[in-house]
Amino acid sequence: MAKLFAGVGTSHVPGIGAAVDHKKTQTDYWKPLFDGYEPAREWMQNEAPDVVIIVYNDHASAFSLELIPTFAIGVAERFQPADEGYGPRKVPVVEGHPELAWHLAESLILDEFDMTIANEMPVDHGLTVPLSIACGEPDIWPCKVIPLCVNVIQYPSPTGNRCYQLGKAIRKAVEAFPADLKVAIFGTGGMSHQLQGERAGLVNADFDIAFLDDLTRNVDRLVRIPHVEYLREAGSEGAELVMWMIMRGALDDDAREVYRHFHVPASNTAAGLIILENP
Amino acid sequence: MRKDREYSDIPGTYVFDPEHSRQGYHLNMFCMSLNKEANREQFRRDESAYLDVFPMSPEQRDAVLQRDWIGLLRLGGNIYYTFKLAIFDGINMQEIGARMEGVPDEQFKAMMINGGRAIQGNRYQKEWNRSG
Repeated sequence: MAKLFAGVGTSHVPGIGAAVDHKKTQTDYWKPLFDGYEPAREWMQNEAPDVVIIVYNDHASAFSLELIPTFAIGVAERFQPADEGYGPRKVPVVEGHPELAWHLAESLILDEFDMTIANEMPVDHGLTVPLSIACGEPDIWPCKVIPLCVNVIQYPSPTGNRCYQLGKAIRKAVEAFPADLKVAIFGTGGMSHQLQGERAGLVNADFDIAFLDDLTRNVDRLVRIPHVEYLREAGSEGAELVMWMIMRGALDDDAREVYRHFHVPASNTAAGLIILENP
Repeated sequence: MRKDREYSDIPGTYVFDPEHSRQGYHLNMFCMSLNKEANREQFRRDESAYLDVFPMSPEQRDAVLQRDWIGLLRLGGNIYYTFKLAIFDGINMQEIGARMEGVPDEQFKAMMINGGRAIQGNRYQKEWNRSG
């Protein structure tokens, strides 16, 4: 049977992808961030998951205001890097796992999570930057990927609790899949940042550190954080952190932290990364 | 902007809620169109003619032409959409941040390198009113 063994929380700042793409990871500005990613890359290489479910949000690339799915799951064979206005990132095409993805869609919907099913879904920096963080610059990505796209742009996004419960349903679905697959889940976005308005540039490191701590110490608190608290304390775009709750919900209650990295700034954002493993 | 929501008292923040989204639909969809190179090409040739296709308000249209970044947000723009226009202009997110706040780019960049805008004093509108 498939096994969901670990979760990773990570920011997905586009500037991080641009630093990789333009060979700037060793500059004074970016080096401290990328040095902290090295242990995560080693972990990824050693653990070598067959499939990674990447929970991310689209940034007006595959979806626009024309259609705003709260939760969309990508079931295609492959997903092309999206053109976000600069031309697509020159990273490998993302290969899907249609069989597991369809199984997830079926199981989740019957479990009363009304997923949108996407056969065509170009993937933007929200998904490809976490892959660059975890895998560096390979010619092909070392794992299959199931994109799980969450609306966090149009208010309201799903609640932290809804996300957490979805994570639990994902866990159940993965472990009912009759193939011997090693599966990890990434929750991406955050940490504290605000891109818009006169308050742009907001960073709340205390909030972020407490969030990282409570992913293992007090998940109940995180599950109950209301949108207004994210908006006020972590910034209007820091509210993306609800996506980490899907990752957390998919893990055991007593999952343990094996690595973390926190750095300010990555352009306008506090960048965080955490690796959690089931016991 | 609505004044009756629990997030209405967060200063300098334009929550992209249903009202905001209705107001900014055509403005944001114009921005979205810049994802396509062919459209960028057309917009580059004649900005005003290109905008004729999108049924925006005259204020929204002016804000686009004048690159009034904070005005775009006040008129229903969402930052992920208005940023498409910034990408078109070759401006990065920190430069947009500086322009929305009305400070020099270098000042905004220095603020980020020094840990970003502090949360202290920036949670509630009343804190801004006192200091302003």
